[in-house]
Amino acid sequence: MTTRSFIPLVLLALLGTVFFALFVGFTPDETLNRTASYYATQTVPETGAQNVVTAIIVTYRGLDTLGEVTVLFLTAAIVGLVLAQSKAPKGRSGSGFLPSGELLTTGTRMLVPVILLFGAYVFANGHLTPGGGFQGGAIVASGLLLMLLADPAERFSHRLISRIESSAGLIYVILGLLGMIFAGGFLDNRILPLGWFGSVFSAGAIPLIYILIGLKVGAEFSSILTSLEDTEDAQ
Amino acid sequence: MMLSQIAMALGFSLILLGLYGALTNRDIIRMIVSFTIASTGVNVVLVSVGYLPGRSAPILDEAVPVAEAATRITDPVPQALVLTAIVIGLGVTALMLAYAYRLFRARGSLDISDFTELKW
Repeated sequence: MTTRSFIPLVLLALLGTVFFALFVGFTPDETLNRTASYYATQTVPETGAQNVVTAIIVTYRGLDTLGEVTVLFLTAAIVGLVLAQSKAPKGRSGSGFLPSGELLTTGTRMLVPVILLFGAYVFANGHLTPGGGFQGGAIVASGLLLMLLADPAERFSHRLISRIESSAGLIYVILGLLGMIFAGGFLDNRILPLGWFGSVFSAGAIPLIYILIGLKVGAEFSSILTSLEDTEDAQ
Repeated sequence: MMLSQIAMALGFSLILLGLYGALTNRDIIRMIVSFTIASTGVNVVLVSVGYLPGRSAPILDEAVPVAEAATRITDPVPQALVLTAIVIGLGVTALMLAYAYRLFRARGSLDISDFTELKW
């Protein structure tokens, strides 16, 4: 065994020792810690959301989520920038592939509307059921990926995607600012009535914000997919 | 062994496995795959830390009455953190793939030993 393959093993053994010590010394808590029990008891009176994780992401840590969406936007923008130089001429990329089979084409036509509907369901019900804007947006983008797989030469309008993306982001920030004017602070969800606990129109602005996040995330993932798709095949 | 301990052991082994793959593979695509495996391991460890034995998911429906929430649900904070980590991990993976493509176009190779500019 050479030194070269020996060094990674030594490093990993050291790291594994640290992990092992952490693992052996870990005992799960018996009760929730202070932060978590605050969220557990105060989520319903303060935000009206059934899903505590959603309440944390959209309301209590709403600013972090705005930052996260911004990071995702930057990623999409940089991927577009990095790949822009090797953009395939119109109609070139994907044209060299064999046509996709009948099964994939028909399956795509059948499944894409259902996938888009499911994605919309997931992000509109984020305050009630597991799921939310990020998951729903990813599902929507997976529908787009299926369309790209079925027809690699297909082009989606970059302008439409960036319009959806930027208007969702703008309305998201405006909703946050409205929270500062009409309620307790930036991204406070109580600018709308909290409504009947457990119904779709409840939890104030949370469903609205999560729909916007869903659209924004779906558009960002789609723009990453299309810029990867648009690139020229290397010779 | 309890469920959360199994999950935590799995997460730690995934981290080690991913780092091993990233350190030993010479191919850039394989290194990217290894990094995603390691980041999955980090997420599994974080979620398993927030798990409390015998409790249910932090969703207050019929199964978990609002009044008993504090004694019935698992810790929601790690789950919210991991949601963020997954999304950022995806962004990082997309960036790495885009850079890998550019490197391949520049040099015609994805072997890391062909890129010696930053080597000392």
